[in-house]
Amino acid sequence: MSNIPTDLHYTKSHEWVRHIEAGGVEIGITDHAQQALGDLVFVEVPSQGRALKAGEACAVVESVKAASDVYSPLAGTVSAGNPLLTDKPELLNEDPYGEGWLFRLETSADTAALMNAAAYESFLAEAK
Amino acid sequence: MAFIPHTSEDIARMLEVIGVQSIDDLFDEIPEDLRAGPLNVPPALKEMEISRLMSDRAALDGRPLNFIGAGAYEHHIPAPVWAITTRGEFYSAYTPYQAEASQGTLQLIYEYQSMMCALTGMEVSNASVYDGASALAEACLMAIRANRAAHSRRVLVPRSVNPIYAQVAQTIAGNQDVGFDFIDFDASGRVPVEALQRASGDHTALVIQQPNFFGNLEDVDVLTDWAHANKMLVIAVVNPTSLGLLKPPGEWGTPGHGPLGADIVCGEGQPLGVPLSCGGPYFGFMATRMQYVRQMPGRIVGRTVDADGRPGFSLTLQAREQHIRRSKATSNICTNQGLMVTAATIYLSLLGAEGLEAVAESSLQRTAELLAALERIAGVTRAFSTPHFHEAVLILDRPVAPVLAALARRGILGGLDISAYVPQLGPALLVCATETKLPADIEAYASALGDIMSASRAAA
Repeated sequence: MSNIPTDLHYTKSHEWVRHIEAGGVEIGITDHAQQALGDLVFVEVPSQGRALKAGEACAVVESVKAASDVYSPLAGTVSAGNPLLTDKPELLNEDPYGEGWLFRLETSADTAALMNAAAYESFLAEAK
Repeated sequence: MAFIPHTSEDIARMLEVIGVQSIDDLFDEIPEDLRAGPLNVPPALKEMEISRLMSDRAALDGRPLNFIGAGAYEHHIPAPVWAITTRGEFYSAYTPYQAEASQGTLQLIYEYQSMMCALTGMEVSNASVYDGASALAEACLMAIRANRAAHSRRVLVPRSVNPIYAQVAQTIAGNQDVGFDFIDFDASGRVPVEALQRASGDHTALVIQQPNFFGNLEDVDVLTDWAHANKMLVIAVVNPTSLGLLKPPGEWGTPGHGPLGADIVCGEGQPLGVPLSCGGPYFGFMATRMQYVRQMPGRIVGRTVDADGRPGFSLTLQAREQHIRRSKATSNICTNQGLMVTAATIYLSLLGAEGLEAVAESSLQRTAELLAALERIAGVTRAFSTPHFHEAVLILDRPVAPVLAALARRGILGGLDISAYVPQLGPALLVCATETKLPADIEAYASALGDIMSASRAAA
Protein backbone atom coordinates (compact mmCIF):
# COMPACT_ATOMS: atom_id res chain seq x y z
CA MET A 1 0.00 0.00 0.00
CA SER A 2 1.52 3.27 -0.99
CA ASN A 3 1.61 6.45 1.01
CA ILE A 4 -0.55 9.32 -0.36
CA PRO A 5 -0.29 12.51 1.76
CA THR A 6 -3.55 14.46 1.86
CA ASP A 7 -1.99 17.93 1.55
CA LEU A 8 -0.64 17.38 -2.00
CA HIS A 9 -2.00 17.37 -5.56
CA TYR A 10 -1.38 14.54 -8.02
CA THR A 11 -1.17 13.75 -11.75
CA LYS A 12 -2.02 10.62 -13.72
CA SER A 13 1.68 10.30 -14.56
CA HIS A 14 2.40 10.00 -10.80
CA GLU A 15 3.90 13.38 -9.98
CA TRP A 16 2.94 15.28 -6.83
CA VAL A 17 2.68 19.06 -6.34
CA ARG A 18 3.06 20.96 -3.05
CA HIS A 19 2.41 24.67 -2.47
CA ILE A 20 5.47 26.05 -0.71
CA GLU A 21 4.85 29.78 -1.02
CA ALA A 22 2.76 32.23 -3.01
CA GLY A 23 3.40 31.43 -6.68
CA GLY A 24 5.78 28.61 -5.82
CA VAL A 25 5.36 24.84 -5.88
CA GLU A 26 7.56 21.84 -5.22
CA ILE A 27 7.28 18.79 -7.46
CA GLY A 28 8.29 15.15 -7.06
CA ILE A 29 7.16 11.65 -7.91
CA THR A 30 4.82 9.62 -5.73
CA ASP A 31 5.58 6.75 -3.42
CA HIS A 32 3.70 4.50 -5.85
CA ALA A 33 5.97 5.67 -8.71
CA GLN A 34 9.21 5.10 -6.80
CA GLN A 35 8.05 1.60 -5.78
CA ALA A 36 7.21 0.75 -9.39
CA LEU A 37 10.59 1.99 -10.65
CA GLY A 38 12.68 0.18 -8.05
CA ASP A 39 16.08 1.32 -6.83
CA LEU A 40 16.98 4.57 -8.56
CA VAL A 41 20.59 5.00 -9.67
CA PHE A 42 20.44 8.34 -11.45
CA VAL A 43 18.22 11.39 -11.45
CA GLU A 44 18.43 14.30 -13.88
CA VAL A 45 16.58 17.44 -12.79
CA PRO A 46 15.79 20.53 -14.91
CA SER A 47 18.17 23.47 -14.62
CA GLN A 48 17.22 26.72 -12.95
CA GLY A 49 15.54 29.26 -15.20
CA ARG A 50 14.12 26.73 -17.64
CA ALA A 51 10.59 27.58 -18.79
CA LEU A 52 8.27 24.57 -18.77
CA LYS A 53 4.92 23.89 -20.36
CA ALA A 54 2.36 21.79 -18.52
CA GLY A 55 2.95 18.16 -19.47
CA GLU A 56 6.49 18.80 -20.75
CA ALA A 57 9.08 16.09 -20.08
CA CYS A 58 11.62 17.82 -17.85
CA ALA A 59 13.37 15.29 -15.61
CA VAL A 60 14.62 11.73 -15.93
CA VAL A 61 14.58 9.09 -13.21
CA GLU A 62 16.67 6.04 -13.97
CA SER A 63 16.65 2.69 -12.22
CA VAL A 64 18.85 -0.26 -13.15
CA LYS A 65 16.13 -1.47 -15.49
CA ALA A 66 14.56 1.62 -17.02
CA ALA A 67 14.81 5.35 -17.45
CA SER A 68 11.53 7.27 -17.26
CA ASP A 69 10.56 10.84 -17.95
CA VAL A 70 8.95 13.06 -15.35
CA TYR A 71 6.41 15.57 -16.71
CA SER A 72 5.83 19.00 -15.29
CA PRO A 73 2.29 19.07 -13.85
CA LEU A 74 2.06 22.84 -14.35
CA ALA A 75 3.48 25.54 -16.60
CA GLY A 76 6.12 27.75 -14.99
CA THR A 77 9.79 28.55 -14.60
CA VAL A 78 12.17 26.29 -12.71
CA SER A 79 13.46 28.06 -9.59
CA ALA A 80 15.55 25.12 -8.35
CA GLY A 81 16.42 21.50 -9.05
CA ASN A 82 17.14 19.32 -6.03
CA PRO A 83 20.95 19.37 -5.85
CA LEU A 84 21.12 16.39 -3.44
CA LEU A 85 19.83 13.92 -6.02
CA THR A 86 22.98 14.02 -8.16
CA ASP A 87 24.96 12.18 -5.52
CA LYS A 88 22.11 10.52 -3.62
CA PRO A 89 19.41 9.36 -6.07
CA GLU A 90 18.28 6.89 -3.39
CA LEU A 91 16.68 9.81 -1.51
CA LEU A 92 13.88 9.49 -4.03
CA ASN A 93 13.21 5.93 -2.86
CA GLU A 94 13.66 6.69 0.81
CA ASP A 95 11.70 9.94 1.11
CA PRO A 96 9.74 10.65 -2.09
CA TYR A 97 7.62 13.42 -0.53
CA GLY A 98 10.42 15.06 1.46
CA GLU A 99 14.15 15.06 0.72
CA GLY A 100 13.50 13.35 -2.60
CA TRP A 101 11.69 16.33 -4.19
CA LEU A 102 12.75 16.90 -7.82
CA PHE A 103 12.35 20.59 -8.65
CA ARG A 104 10.62 23.82 -7.66
CA LEU A 105 8.58 25.90 -10.03
CA GLU A 106 7.51 29.53 -10.05
CA THR A 107 4.02 29.39 -11.47
CA SER A 108 0.78 31.29 -11.69
CA ALA A 109 -1.09 28.17 -12.84
CA ASP A 110 -3.52 26.75 -10.31
CA THR A 111 -3.72 23.18 -9.16
CA ALA A 112 -7.49 22.80 -9.52
CA ALA A 113 -7.14 20.58 -12.57
CA LEU A 114 -4.96 18.11 -10.64
CA MET A 115 -6.20 15.25 -8.47
CA ASN A 116 -6.46 15.45 -4.70
CA ALA A 117 -5.29 12.53 -2.53
CA ALA A 118 -8.63 10.75 -2.59
CA ALA A 119 -8.92 11.03 -6.36
CA TYR A 120 -5.35 9.77 -6.84
CA GLU A 121 -6.02 6.85 -4.52
CA SER A 122 -9.07 5.75 -6.50
CA PHE A 123 -7.10 6.34 -9.75
CA LEU A 124 -4.46 3.92 -8.47
CA ALA A 125 -7.14 1.43 -7.38
CA GLU A 126 -8.77 1.53 -10.84
CA ALA A 127 -5.44 1.07 -12.58
CA LYS A 128 -4.78 -2.21 -10.76
CA MET B 1 28.18 -16.46 -51.91
CA ALA B 2 24.80 -15.60 -50.37
CA PHE B 3 22.06 -18.20 -50.58
CA ILE B 4 18.61 -16.67 -50.92
CA PRO B 5 16.03 -19.33 -50.10
CA HIS B 6 12.85 -17.59 -51.32
CA THR B 7 11.25 -18.84 -54.53
CA SER B 8 9.39 -16.37 -56.73
CA GLU B 9 6.15 -17.96 -55.43
CA ASP B 10 7.27 -17.26 -51.84
CA ILE B 11 7.96 -13.66 -52.73
CA ALA B 12 4.66 -13.21 -54.56
CA ARG B 13 2.77 -14.64 -51.58
CA MET B 14 4.58 -12.33 -49.12
CA LEU B 15 3.90 -9.29 -51.29
CA GLU B 16 0.23 -10.26 -51.48
CA VAL B 17 -0.07 -10.57 -47.71
CA ILE B 18 1.33 -7.08 -47.09
CA GLY B 19 -0.61 -5.70 -50.05
CA VAL B 20 2.05 -4.36 -52.40
CA GLN B 21 2.65 -5.12 -56.07
CA SER B 22 6.43 -5.50 -56.20
CA ILE B 23 9.54 -5.38 -54.06
CA ASP B 24 10.38 -2.02 -55.65
CA ASP B 25 7.17 -0.59 -54.13
CA LEU B 26 8.74 -1.09 -50.69
CA PHE B 27 11.35 1.52 -51.61
CA ASP B 28 8.98 4.18 -52.95
CA GLU B 29 9.87 6.53 -50.08
CA ILE B 30 13.36 6.89 -51.55
CA PRO B 31 13.43 9.53 -54.31
CA GLU B 32 14.15 8.11 -57.76
CA ASP B 33 17.35 10.11 -58.24
CA LEU B 34 18.88 8.71 -55.04
CA ARG B 35 18.50 5.08 -56.14
CA ALA B 36 21.43 3.12 -57.51
CA GLY B 37 19.70 2.04 -60.71
CA PRO B 38 20.36 -1.27 -62.43
CA LEU B 39 23.72 -2.95 -61.85
CA ASN B 40 26.03 -3.54 -64.76
CA VAL B 41 25.81 -7.34 -64.54
CA PRO B 42 23.85 -9.86 -66.59
CA PRO B 43 20.47 -10.79 -65.03
CA ALA B 44 21.48 -14.38 -64.23
CA LEU B 45 24.77 -16.26 -64.36
CA LYS B 46 25.98 -19.59 -63.07
CA GLU B 47 28.09 -19.44 -59.91
CA MET B 48 31.27 -20.25 -61.84
CA GLU B 49 30.52 -17.55 -64.44
CA ILE B 50 29.75 -14.81 -61.93
CA SER B 51 32.89 -15.64 -59.92
CA ARG B 52 34.95 -15.31 -63.09
CA LEU B 53 33.25 -12.07 -64.10
CA MET B 54 33.82 -10.49 -60.70
CA SER B 55 37.46 -11.54 -60.39
CA ASP B 56 38.13 -10.23 -63.92
CA ARG B 57 36.60 -6.91 -62.95
CA ALA B 58 38.45 -6.78 -59.62
CA ALA B 59 41.71 -7.29 -61.53
CA LEU B 60 40.97 -4.07 -63.46
CA ASP B 61 41.57 -2.15 -60.22
CA GLY B 62 45.19 -3.25 -60.37
CA ARG B 63 47.44 -2.89 -57.35
CA PRO B 64 47.92 0.87 -57.24
CA LEU B 65 50.44 2.58 -55.00
CA ASN B 66 48.22 4.56 -52.65
CA PHE B 67 49.01 8.03 -51.26
CA ILE B 68 45.42 8.93 -50.35
CA GLY B 69 44.51 9.45 -46.70
CA ALA B 70 41.85 12.02 -45.79
CA GLY B 71 40.26 9.92 -43.06
CA ALA B 72 41.03 6.32 -44.04
CA TYR B 73 44.62 5.13 -43.89
CA GLU B 74 46.58 2.24 -45.33
CA HIS B 75 48.61 0.62 -42.55
CA HIS B 76 50.32 -2.72 -42.34
CA ILE B 77 48.03 -5.21 -40.61
CA PRO B 78 50.01 -8.02 -38.95
CA ALA B 79 48.82 -11.43 -40.19
CA PRO B 80 47.61 -12.66 -36.76
CA VAL B 81 45.04 -9.82 -36.55
CA TRP B 82 42.60 -11.28 -39.06
CA ALA B 83 43.66 -14.89 -38.44
CA ILE B 84 42.42 -14.44 -34.85
CA THR B 85 39.50 -12.13 -35.70
CA THR B 86 37.99 -14.67 -38.11
CA ARG B 87 38.16 -17.58 -35.65
CA GLY B 88 34.70 -19.03 -35.06
CA GLU B 89 34.66 -17.79 -31.48
CA PHE B 90 34.83 -14.14 -32.64
CA TYR B 91 33.35 -14.29 -36.10
CA SER B 92 29.97 -12.84 -35.30
CA ALA B 93 29.58 -9.32 -36.58
CA TYR B 94 27.21 -8.01 -33.96
CA THR B 95 27.15 -7.05 -30.30
CA PRO B 96 25.07 -10.02 -29.17
CA TYR B 97 21.53 -9.38 -28.01
CA GLN B 98 21.82 -12.16 -25.42
CA ALA B 99 24.98 -10.41 -24.48
CA GLU B 100 25.82 -12.12 -21.20
CA ALA B 101 25.76 -15.54 -22.87
CA SER B 102 28.83 -14.41 -24.84
CA GLN B 103 31.31 -13.69 -22.07
CA GLY B 104 34.27 -13.87 -24.47
CA THR B 105 32.82 -11.19 -26.74
CA LEU B 106 31.99 -9.01 -23.76
CA GLN B 107 35.48 -9.40 -22.34
CA LEU B 108 36.97 -8.42 -25.70
CA ILE B 109 34.80 -5.28 -25.85
CA TYR B 110 35.76 -4.48 -22.26
CA GLU B 111 39.44 -4.73 -23.19
CA TYR B 112 38.75 -2.54 -26.25
CA GLN B 113 37.11 0.09 -24.05
CA SER B 114 40.06 0.00 -21.65
CA MET B 115 42.53 0.46 -24.51
CA MET B 116 40.59 3.37 -25.99
CA CYS B 117 40.49 5.04 -22.57
CA ALA B 118 44.26 4.62 -22.23
CA LEU B 119 44.81 5.96 -25.75
CA THR B 120 42.54 9.01 -25.43
CA GLY B 121 43.11 9.81 -21.76
CA MET B 122 39.37 9.52 -21.07
CA GLU B 123 37.55 7.70 -18.26
CA VAL B 124 34.97 5.72 -20.20
CA SER B 125 34.57 4.45 -23.76
CA ASN B 126 31.58 2.91 -25.48
CA ALA B 127 31.71 -0.33 -27.47
CA SER B 128 32.07 1.75 -30.72
CA VAL B 129 29.64 3.32 -33.18
CA TYR B 130 29.13 3.23 -36.95
CA ASP B 131 32.09 5.23 -38.24
CA GLY B 132 34.20 8.32 -37.56
CA ALA B 133 31.90 10.82 -39.23
CA SER B 134 28.74 9.61 -37.51
CA ALA B 135 30.71 9.49 -34.24
CA LEU B 136 31.19 13.26 -34.61
CA ALA B 137 27.45 13.71 -35.21
CA GLU B 138 26.75 11.65 -32.09
CA ALA B 139 29.31 13.68 -30.13
CA CYS B 140 27.57 16.94 -31.10
CA LEU B 141 24.18 15.59 -29.98
CA MET B 142 25.79 14.27 -26.80
CA ALA B 143 27.42 17.62 -26.04
CA ILE B 144 24.05 19.34 -26.21
CA ARG B 145 22.55 16.85 -23.76
CA ALA B 146 25.57 17.07 -21.46
CA ASN B 147 26.17 20.83 -21.42
CA ARG B 148 22.83 21.93 -20.07
CA ALA B 149 24.32 25.06 -18.54
CA ALA B 150 25.01 26.43 -22.04
CA HIS B 151 21.32 26.75 -23.06
CA SER B 152 22.50 26.54 -26.66
CA ARG B 153 21.99 24.06 -29.46
CA ARG B 154 24.81 25.42 -31.63
CA VAL B 155 28.24 23.91 -32.20
CA LEU B 156 31.40 25.68 -33.44
CA VAL B 157 33.21 23.81 -36.21
CA PRO B 158 36.51 25.04 -37.71
CA ARG B 159 36.79 24.63 -41.48
CA SER B 160 39.99 22.71 -40.80
CA VAL B 161 37.78 19.81 -39.65
CA ASN B 162 37.28 17.09 -42.29
CA PRO B 163 34.52 18.61 -44.49
CA ILE B 164 32.93 15.20 -45.01
CA TYR B 165 32.61 14.75 -41.24
CA ALA B 166 31.07 18.22 -40.99
CA GLN B 167 28.58 17.29 -43.72
CA VAL B 168 27.58 14.06 -41.98
CA ALA B 169 27.21 15.86 -38.65
CA GLN B 170 24.97 18.45 -40.31
CA THR B 171 22.87 15.77 -41.99
CA ILE B 172 22.32 13.79 -38.78
CA ALA B 173 22.31 16.43 -36.06
CA GLY B 174 20.97 19.24 -38.25
CA ASN B 175 17.72 17.31 -38.48
CA GLN B 176 17.57 17.23 -34.70
CA ASP B 177 17.55 20.98 -34.32
CA VAL B 178 21.31 21.40 -33.88
CA GLY B 179 22.98 24.39 -35.54
CA PHE B 180 26.56 24.61 -36.79
CA ASP B 181 28.72 27.71 -37.17
CA PHE B 182 31.83 27.32 -39.30
CA ILE B 183 35.06 29.15 -38.53
CA ASP B 184 37.72 29.81 -41.18
CA PHE B 185 41.28 28.58 -40.83
CA ASP B 186 44.22 30.95 -41.19
CA ALA B 187 47.28 31.05 -43.46
CA SER B 188 48.94 28.39 -41.31
CA GLY B 189 46.11 25.91 -42.02
CA ARG B 190 44.88 25.94 -38.44
CA VAL B 191 42.04 27.65 -36.63
CA PRO B 192 43.30 30.61 -34.58
CA VAL B 193 41.62 31.40 -31.28
CA GLU B 194 40.99 34.98 -32.51
CA ALA B 195 38.68 33.62 -35.22
CA LEU B 196 36.70 31.73 -32.58
CA GLN B 197 36.40 34.88 -30.50
CA ARG B 198 34.75 36.62 -33.44
CA ALA B 199 32.00 33.98 -33.67
CA SER B 200 28.77 35.49 -32.46
CA GLY B 201 26.16 33.89 -30.24
CA ASP B 202 26.28 31.15 -27.63
CA HIS B 203 27.69 27.74 -28.36
CA THR B 204 27.53 24.50 -26.46
CA ALA B 205 30.69 22.91 -27.86
CA LEU B 206 33.79 23.41 -29.98
CA VAL B 207 35.01 20.68 -32.33
CA ILE B 208 38.80 20.31 -32.55
CA GLN B 209 40.30 17.86 -35.02
CA GLN B 210 43.89 16.81 -34.31
CA PRO B 211 45.64 16.37 -36.70
CA ASN B 212 43.20 18.41 -38.75
CA PHE B 213 41.91 17.66 -42.27
CA PHE B 214 45.07 19.17 -43.78
CA GLY B 215 47.30 17.02 -41.58
CA ASN B 216 48.30 20.08 -39.53
CA LEU B 217 48.62 20.10 -35.76
CA GLU B 218 46.19 22.54 -34.15
CA ASP B 219 47.13 24.50 -31.06
CA VAL B 220 44.89 22.22 -29.00
CA ASP B 221 45.90 23.58 -25.59
CA VAL B 222 44.94 27.16 -26.41
CA LEU B 223 41.71 26.11 -28.13
CA THR B 224 40.70 23.87 -25.21
CA ASP B 225 41.38 26.60 -22.63
CA TRP B 226 39.36 29.07 -24.69
CA ALA B 227 36.38 26.73 -25.08
CA HIS B 228 36.30 25.89 -21.37
CA ALA B 229 36.64 29.55 -20.39
CA ASN B 230 33.55 30.17 -22.53
CA LYS B 231 31.60 27.30 -20.91
CA MET B 232 31.76 25.11 -23.99
CA LEU B 233 32.55 21.44 -24.07
CA VAL B 234 35.46 20.32 -26.25
CA ILE B 235 34.77 17.58 -28.79
CA ALA B 236 38.07 16.09 -29.95
CA VAL B 237 38.25 14.29 -33.30
CA VAL B 238 41.48 12.33 -33.34
CA ASN B 239 43.37 9.81 -35.44
CA PRO B 240 44.11 6.87 -33.10
CA THR B 241 47.48 6.15 -34.74
CA SER B 242 48.62 9.72 -34.08
CA LEU B 243 48.05 9.17 -30.36
CA GLY B 244 51.15 6.98 -30.40
CA LEU B 245 53.05 10.28 -30.57
CA LEU B 246 50.70 13.12 -29.67
CA LYS B 247 49.35 14.18 -26.29
CA PRO B 248 46.07 12.36 -25.51
CA PRO B 249 42.98 14.63 -25.71
CA GLY B 250 42.38 13.98 -22.00
CA GLU B 251 45.45 16.17 -21.34
CA TRP B 252 44.69 19.03 -23.74
CA GLY B 253 44.75 22.49 -22.17
CA THR B 254 46.97 24.31 -19.72
CA PRO B 255 47.09 22.95 -16.17
CA GLY B 256 45.58 25.50 -13.82
CA HIS B 257 43.23 26.94 -16.49
CA GLY B 258 40.03 25.25 -15.37
CA PRO B 259 39.10 21.71 -16.35
CA LEU B 260 41.84 19.93 -18.25
CA GLY B 261 41.28 17.93 -21.40
CA ALA B 262 38.65 17.36 -24.05
CA ASP B 263 35.20 16.37 -22.81
CA ILE B 264 34.22 14.00 -25.61
CA VAL B 265 36.73 12.21 -27.85
CA CYS B 266 35.71 10.54 -31.07
CA GLY B 267 37.21 9.42 -34.36
CA GLU B 268 37.57 6.80 -37.03
CA GLY B 269 38.89 3.45 -35.81
CA GLN B 270 39.82 2.08 -39.24
CA PRO B 271 43.58 2.76 -38.95
CA LEU B 272 43.67 0.15 -36.16
CA GLY B 273 43.79 -3.05 -38.16
CA VAL B 274 40.85 -2.57 -40.53
CA PRO B 275 41.70 -2.77 -44.25
CA LEU B 276 40.81 0.03 -46.67
CA SER B 277 37.50 -0.72 -48.33
CA CYS B 278 35.12 1.42 -50.33
CA GLY B 279 32.11 1.97 -48.08
CA GLY B 280 33.58 0.16 -45.09
CA PRO B 281 32.81 -1.56 -42.79
CA TYR B 282 34.77 0.74 -40.50
CA PHE B 283 33.99 1.78 -36.92
CA GLY B 284 33.85 4.96 -34.90
CA PHE B 285 35.11 5.31 -31.35
CA MET B 286 33.75 7.52 -28.58
CA ALA B 287 35.06 8.19 -25.10
CA THR B 288 34.25 10.72 -22.42
CA ARG B 289 34.51 11.57 -18.73
CA MET B 290 32.47 9.65 -16.15
CA GLN B 291 30.34 12.72 -15.43
CA TYR B 292 28.87 12.52 -18.96
CA VAL B 293 28.56 8.73 -19.24
CA ARG B 294 24.76 8.75 -19.18
CA GLN B 295 24.70 11.04 -22.20
CA MET B 296 26.97 8.80 -24.26
CA PRO B 297 25.25 6.71 -26.95
CA GLY B 298 25.90 3.06 -27.66
CA ARG B 299 26.62 -0.04 -25.64
CA ILE B 300 28.98 -0.10 -22.68
CA VAL B 301 30.39 -3.30 -21.21
CA GLY B 302 31.18 -3.37 -17.51
CA ARG B 303 33.03 -5.82 -15.28
CA THR B 304 31.11 -7.25 -12.37
CA VAL B 305 30.76 -10.34 -10.16
CA ASP B 306 28.00 -12.95 -10.31
CA ALA B 307 25.90 -14.23 -7.38
CA ASP B 308 28.78 -16.50 -6.31
CA GLY B 309 31.33 -13.70 -6.43
CA ARG B 310 32.99 -14.88 -9.65
CA PRO B 311 34.17 -12.15 -12.06
CA GLY B 312 32.21 -11.65 -15.26
CA PHE B 313 31.14 -9.04 -17.82
CA SER B 314 27.76 -7.53 -18.56
CA LEU B 315 26.23 -4.72 -20.55
CA THR B 316 25.70 -1.74 -18.28
CA LEU B 317 23.79 1.55 -18.27
CA GLN B 318 21.31 0.04 -20.71
CA ALA B 319 18.52 2.30 -19.48
CA ARG B 320 19.91 4.92 -21.93
CA GLU B 321 19.49 2.62 -24.89
CA GLN B 322 16.80 2.23 -27.50
CA HIS B 323 15.43 -1.15 -26.42
CA ILE B 324 14.40 0.57 -23.17
CA ARG B 325 14.05 4.28 -23.92
CA ARG B 326 12.78 3.89 -27.49
CA SER B 327 12.78 7.22 -29.34
CA LYS B 328 14.27 8.97 -26.29
CA ALA B 329 17.38 6.78 -26.29
CA THR B 330 20.76 8.53 -26.44
CA SER B 331 20.98 7.25 -30.02
CA ASN B 332 18.92 5.28 -32.50
CA ILE B 333 21.61 5.07 -35.17
CA CYS B 334 24.73 3.81 -33.42
CA THR B 335 24.62 0.19 -34.54
CA ASN B 336 27.78 -1.06 -36.27
CA GLN B 337 29.98 -3.94 -37.26
CA GLY B 338 31.48 -5.17 -34.00
CA LEU B 339 33.91 -7.44 -35.82
CA MET B 340 35.98 -4.38 -36.74
CA VAL B 341 36.36 -3.69 -33.01
CA THR B 342 37.58 -7.25 -32.56
CA ALA B 343 40.27 -6.61 -35.17
CA ALA B 344 41.24 -3.28 -33.60
CA THR B 345 41.54 -4.81 -30.14
CA ILE B 346 43.77 -7.59 -31.42
CA TYR B 347 45.79 -5.07 -33.50
CA LEU B 348 46.37 -2.84 -30.46
CA SER B 349 47.21 -5.75 -28.18
CA LEU B 350 49.76 -7.11 -30.66
CA LEU B 351 51.40 -3.73 -31.28
CA GLY B 352 51.31 -2.44 -27.72
CA ALA B 353 52.13 1.15 -26.89
CA GLU B 354 55.62 0.88 -28.36
CA GLY B 355 54.38 -0.66 -31.59
CA LEU B 356 51.78 2.05 -32.10
CA GLU B 357 54.40 4.71 -31.43
CA ALA B 358 56.69 3.06 -34.01
CA VAL B 359 53.88 3.06 -36.62
CA ALA B 360 53.16 6.73 -35.93
CA GLU B 361 56.82 7.70 -36.02
CA SER B 362 57.50 5.80 -39.21
CA SER B 363 54.41 7.34 -40.89
CA LEU B 364 55.56 10.80 -39.89
CA GLN B 365 59.03 10.08 -41.26
CA ARG B 366 57.72 8.76 -44.60
CA THR B 367 55.50 11.79 -45.00
CA ALA B 368 58.45 14.10 -44.40
CA GLU B 369 60.42 12.22 -47.07
CA LEU B 370 57.48 12.34 -49.48
CA LEU B 371 57.04 16.08 -49.03
CA ALA B 372 60.75 16.73 -49.47
CA ALA B 373 60.74 14.73 -52.73
CA LEU B 374 57.58 16.31 -54.15
CA GLU B 375 58.50 19.88 -53.20
CA ARG B 376 61.55 19.65 -55.45
CA ILE B 377 59.26 19.42 -58.49
CA ALA B 378 58.61 22.69 -60.34
CA GLY B 379 54.97 23.73 -59.95
CA VAL B 380 54.51 21.95 -56.61
CA THR B 381 54.55 23.86 -53.31
CA ARG B 382 53.42 23.20 -49.75
CA ALA B 383 50.19 25.00 -48.81
CA PHE B 384 51.25 25.40 -45.19
CA SER B 385 54.56 25.29 -43.37
CA THR B 386 52.88 24.09 -40.19
CA PRO B 387 53.92 21.03 -38.15
CA HIS B 388 51.96 18.06 -39.46
CA PHE B 389 51.42 14.35 -38.85
CA HIS B 390 51.25 11.96 -41.81
CA GLU B 391 49.40 14.19 -44.28
CA ALA B 392 49.94 17.56 -45.92
CA VAL B 393 48.44 19.80 -48.60
CA LEU B 394 50.31 20.55 -51.82
CA ILE B 395 49.36 23.36 -54.18
CA LEU B 396 49.87 22.67 -57.89
CA ASP B 397 50.32 25.29 -60.58
CA ARG B 398 47.45 23.72 -62.57
CA PRO B 399 44.18 21.84 -61.97
CA VAL B 400 44.68 18.74 -59.83
CA ALA B 401 42.28 16.27 -61.46
CA PRO B 402 44.16 15.75 -64.77
CA VAL B 403 47.42 15.28 -62.86
CA LEU B 404 45.83 12.61 -60.64
CA ALA B 405 44.38 10.91 -63.73
CA ALA B 406 47.84 10.81 -65.33
CA LEU B 407 49.31 9.36 -62.11
CA ALA B 408 46.54 6.75 -61.95
CA ARG B 409 47.46 5.61 -65.47
CA ARG B 410 50.90 4.88 -64.02
CA GLY B 411 49.41 2.90 -61.15
CA ILE B 412 49.72 5.65 -58.53
CA LEU B 413 46.87 7.08 -56.45
CA GLY B 414 48.50 10.44 -55.87
CA GLY B 415 46.27 11.81 -53.11
CA LEU B 416 42.88 13.47 -52.77
CA ASP B 417 41.94 16.50 -54.85
CA ILE B 418 40.47 18.78 -52.19
CA SER B 419 39.93 21.84 -54.39
CA ALA B 420 36.17 21.25 -54.42
CA TYR B 421 36.01 20.85 -50.60
CA VAL B 422 38.25 23.84 -49.85
CA PRO B 423 37.98 26.13 -52.90
CA GLN B 424 39.82 28.99 -51.20
CA LEU B 425 43.07 26.99 -51.45
CA GLY B 426 42.99 26.75 -55.25
CA PRO B 427 44.34 23.56 -56.88
CA ALA B 428 45.05 21.66 -53.65
CA LEU B 429 46.14 18.05 -53.28
CA LEU B 430 46.07 16.24 -49.93
CA VAL B 431 48.80 13.59 -49.77
CA CYS B 432 49.55 10.95 -47.14
CA ALA B 433 52.33 8.46 -46.54
CA THR B 434 52.18 5.78 -43.85
CA GLU B 435 54.77 3.20 -42.78
CA THR B 436 53.64 1.12 -45.78
CA LYS B 437 55.41 3.45 -48.23
CA LEU B 438 59.02 2.43 -48.79
CA PRO B 439 61.68 4.86 -50.04
CA ALA B 440 61.36 3.24 -53.50
CA ASP B 441 57.60 3.95 -53.52
CA ILE B 442 58.23 7.59 -52.67
CA GLU B 443 60.84 7.82 -55.45
CA ALA B 444 58.38 6.23 -57.89
CA TYR B 445 55.73 8.80 -57.00
CA ALA B 446 58.15 11.75 -57.21
CA SER B 447 59.56 10.65 -60.55
CA ALA B 448 56.09 10.06 -62.05
CA LEU B 449 54.81 13.41 -60.82
CA GLY B 450 57.97 15.14 -62.09
CA ASP B 451 57.46 13.61 -65.54
CA ILE B 452 53.80 14.57 -65.68
CA MET B 453 54.39 18.14 -64.54
CA SER B 454 57.24 18.77 -66.99
CA ALA B 455 55.57 16.95 -69.91
CA SER B 456 52.39 18.97 -69.69
CA ARG B 457 54.45 22.14 -69.24
CA ALA B 458 56.34 21.31 -72.44
CA ALA B 459 53.02 20.63 -74.19
CA ALA B 460 51.63 23.95 -72.99
